[in-house]
Amino acid sequence: MAGTTLLDVKGVETYYGNIRALNGVNVTVNQGEIVALIGANGAGKSTLMMTIFGAPRARAGTITFAGNDITQMPTHEIARLRIAQSPEGRRIFPRMTVMENLQMGASLDNLQHYAEDVEKVFSLFPRLKERIGQRGGTLSGGEQQMLSIGRALMARPKLLLLDEPSLGLAPLIVKQIFDAIRELNKSQGLTVFLVEQNAFGALKLATRGYVMVNGNVTMSGTGKELLANPEVRAAYLEGGHH
Amino acid sequence: MAATVSSGRDAVATPIQRAFREAFYAGAISLGLFVLFIGLRTDQNITNELILVQRWLLLAIVVIAVTVGRFLYVAYAVPAMERSKAEKAATPAVVAEPGFIKQNFNRIGLVILLLYPIAMVLLFGFQGSLKWVDNFGIQILIYVMLAWGLNIVVGLAGLLDLGYVAFYAVGAYAYALLGTHFGLSFWILLPAAGCMAAFWGVMLGFPVLRLRGDYLAIVTLAFGEIIRLVLINWREVTNGSAGISGIPKVSFFGLISFNVSDPNYIAKVLHIAQSGAYYKIFLYYLALGLCLLTAFVTIRLRRLPVGRAWEALREDEIACRSLGINTTTTKLTAFATGAMFGGFAGSFFAARQGFVSPESFVFLESAIILAIVVLGGMGSLGGIAVAALVMIGGTEILRELDFLKAVFGPDFTPELYRMLLFGMAMVIVMLWKPRGFVGSREPTAFLKERRAVSASFTKEGHG
Repeated sequence: MAGTTLLDVKGVETYYGNIRALNGVNVTVNQGEIVALIGANGAGKSTLMMTIFGAPRARAGTITFAGNDITQMPTHEIARLRIAQSPEGRRIFPRMTVMENLQMGASLDNLQHYAEDVEKVFSLFPRLKERIGQRGGTLSGGEQQMLSIGRALMARPKLLLLDEPSLGLAPLIVKQIFDAIRELNKSQGLTVFLVEQNAFGALKLATRGYVMVNGNVTMSGTGKELLANPEVRAAYLEGGHH
Repeated sequence: MAATVSSGRDAVATPIQRAFREAFYAGAISLGLFVLFIGLRTDQNITNELILVQRWLLLAIVVIAVTVGRFLYVAYAVPAMERSKAEKAATPAVVAEPGFIKQNFNRIGLVILLLYPIAMVLLFGFQGSLKWVDNFGIQILIYVMLAWGLNIVVGLAGLLDLGYVAFYAVGAYAYALLGTHFGLSFWILLPAAGCMAAFWGVMLGFPVLRLRGDYLAIVTLAFGEIIRLVLINWREVTNGSAGISGIPKVSFFGLISFNVSDPNYIAKVLHIAQSGAYYKIFLYYLALGLCLLTAFVTIRLRRLPVGRAWEALREDEIACRSLGINTTTTKLTAFATGAMFGGFAGSFFAARQGFVSPESFVFLESAIILAIVVLGGMGSLGGIAVAALVMIGGTEILRELDFLKAVFGPDFTPELYRMLLFGMAMVIVMLWKPRGFVGSREPTAFLKERRAVSASFTKEGHG
């Protein structure tokens, strides 16, 4: 299971102005894993995700992806190393159709594998195929999330970053999306780094997990370990989650 | 407006009764408003004393116009609108097959544009056609070209540019200076002017890459003014406010000239009578050709990765970057491409006028071009062409409305009211079609069949 290290975040500090959002975070993601990062609102989960993408830039520490130091790289060049992202708030292109959104995802390849990849996305999310000519902005929340993931997959990523894919979605849709992530990981060996508030679902899905509190990673372990951990249970699981 | 008409109290009154009352109120209000604005005017007499001029007739005309207008609106227009609304609600929503005109809109428009000068010559003769081909045809086509160029920057890439006229000026002066000093032909200078404008587009693009929305608008506005002020003050090169005259005419690829003194003057070559109209008609087709080039390039670009990237950039810059799109080069290409078409239009303008001065490149021009893009529907070529036709054609038509002098007195000059017309058109379009004449967007990607996207894509209001 434990392959080579794909993404290595070492001692990363990120600031918004003078406010420190990340205090020396260490996270590694190995080839073929699903890694979940859980934590409360404002813990710095999304900041870490954006820092990996170079916006905002880390003020200290290094980020390495597949042997390349990406700490100082511009965002679009990081993306060209085949890290794809379904960002917070999905950020699909609302006035472009589903089809055009997917095309945008394939811009890196200049649409070389477009026809093949689009079919893969549609078999993963059949709902998108029904909506193909519809504008992104008119889709439901779940469909937009599917589109956002689908668009990220069009780039044939080595690493997929997902920022709160379950945000604001009905439990049934959340399950569909988590199933799709598991399926991608199993059948295509896609490495996934997942930020979630839905700790239970995320840890069940994940190979390994990290817990983040106030810009620090406080705990790590396999998904099962964290699920069984009394502190994690008290803070994130018991309190209404499923 | 309709809301004020149908208040609950009036439910029992018939439309005619209501109309009488509303018309009376409207008349009274306009009388109260205009009695001092229009009825009385201060003037100076020969001995420099301030006197009051009374204009009761004019006041009466305005008040009667308001009263009658209100009566007609309430008595007939409102019930008709409500009836059609009710009918629309009653009939189930069937997506009607678009009619013949709608389906072939582009083709019909093109045929009309191609036949237009010929029709004008047949109707008014060579001399009479001058005004229609030049003042209407060429003038409108220049604005269509400019608006389509700006559409790339504003409509597709979503970068609000208030200084577009700067590129128009660069193109015009590039042609004027190189043409007068070096005697180079239009066909060499047209691409040169385009390149020059594109270069300045990139020069403007660099410092403003980080800006968006309102901030970008302000900086581009400043850029437009800088170019104009340089043109005024750099007298050694640009001849300042006096401008450059004697700009060479365009020739038909050097084969046929439009200068009477040349041995290959068109009338001598074709053995026909001398007339200034040939040149205008030639320029008309030239402008049409340049417009078609702009449209063709825009349509092609939209289907290429760079065009898609522009549209995606307009929607969400962060998402673009995380998909591996270099937003810097994408923005710069949008600026450069838009500016290039501005440069083409500018060099054509210089060739047509034979004279350029900084006065032609004031901020108002930028505002008009932007207004045409917004009114037409950002991103829609057809809508923008219609908007240019209405706005530029409409203001030109105002010059023809001499009969209004009979109504409003001999001092009335309709062309002074062109900005009023612009404002009114703006308000009306934004009330009824907030996304412009053509608000719906043709998608560029299809799986199997071509399906229209009902919802619209153009921006609504926000910056």
